[in-house]
Amino acid sequence: MVKLLKTNSYKAISEALWQSNPISKQILGICSALAVTVQLKTALVMSLALTFVVACSNLVIALLRRHIPRNIRIIVEVAVIATLVIIADEFLKAFMYDISKQLSVFVGLIITNCIVMGRAETFAMGNPATRSFVDGLANGIGYGSILCGVAFFRELLGAGKLFGFQVVPQSFYDAGYQNMGLMLLAPGAFIMIGLFVWLEYTLLKDK
Amino acid sequence: MENLIGLFVNSVFVGNILLAYFLGMCSYLSVSKNLQTSFGLGLAVTFVLAITTPANWLVYRFLLAPGALAWAGLPQIDLSYLKLVLFIAVIAGMVQVVEMVIDRYSQGLYNALGVFLPLITVNCAILGASLFMVERQYTFAESAVYGIGSGIGWLLAIVSMATIMQKLRYANVPKGLEGFGIRMIVTGLMAMAFMLFSGITL
Repeated sequence: MVKLLKTNSYKAISEALWQSNPISKQILGICSALAVTVQLKTALVMSLALTFVVACSNLVIALLRRHIPRNIRIIVEVAVIATLVIIADEFLKAFMYDISKQLSVFVGLIITNCIVMGRAETFAMGNPATRSFVDGLANGIGYGSILCGVAFFRELLGAGKLFGFQVVPQSFYDAGYQNMGLMLLAPGAFIMIGLFVWLEYTLLKDK
Repeated sequence: MENLIGLFVNSVFVGNILLAYFLGMCSYLSVSKNLQTSFGLGLAVTFVLAITTPANWLVYRFLLAPGALAWAGLPQIDLSYLKLVLFIAVIAGMVQVVEMVIDRYSQGLYNALGVFLPLITVNCAILGASLFMVERQYTFAESAVYGIGSGIGWLLAIVSMATIMQKLRYANVPKGLEGFGIRMIVTGLMAMAFMLFSGITL
């Protein structure tokens, strides 16, 4: 266990989850993060799609890093990322059509997601393939953890459901409980993520 | 015509590309500290959106959409899956062209916008507007109006954010909320204010 805690992979993962979480600490990739968090299901699918793209793009770019000319690296990176996003998009369209309709343009927007470009540029260009892959995976999970956290509260408070199943019992509604409509609208996402950052700051301060 | 005005008002206020669809957040959060730079970036985004959205409409209509290649005698071909790559290429190319044209003809504008233009290629608002334009099946005129409207909406949001942040410097914010946290909550309140316009129908 102690050995495991000292490996580079573990360090990369814990860093991406806590100390430098891409969303709450580095403020990257919020563009597409908030729109898909009305429901837990869409948030989960979006996180998986992003994790796939960032891990694979890190892997591919790390493998190619000695062959990419310095001057045109951005174009090469965008080409690799765009290809992976198209694969993810087509996959979702083929096997999860409803969810892909709900995610609408946001899967496509993974291309311009700063996390993917950022990891490719700062990590994969200078590190071996396996470590880059793990780093991409960890960053995807770090992104997903915030996304699913926000989605959990938005769906629970806004619709009384989780993954589309009713969680808040009918007796609550009979007693006068009401869903919080604000959570389903855009402002709810902004406020929720602000509160999340606050929570995380308070928790991490003790360390 | 009324339809176009309605679309314009809607894309500036109710369907604000930043406050309702969360696009262009990255540059919004990193630049909105200074009023002058926010205004410059806002103008540049408006400019590029107004050009790329209709340009991408043309690309989609005559190259990519199912059956679009009929003019070349290939009616069965559907290249719409290539739209992501082609749109980003058009945007990058357009930004480059715009930069060169401004540099050549208007030195003043170039000095004001120059720094921001390359950054815009990776602004999700630009690609987002093009993708929404395809998804909502706008006509050419509609997509031009939508591009301009979204740009102005984005400009409005980032400029008001920069002003609010200047006022907030004197406020007593809880320790954990300083910086990113309070910015998100202020944005949330602003989004609520913009939603009030949803009663307007033209």
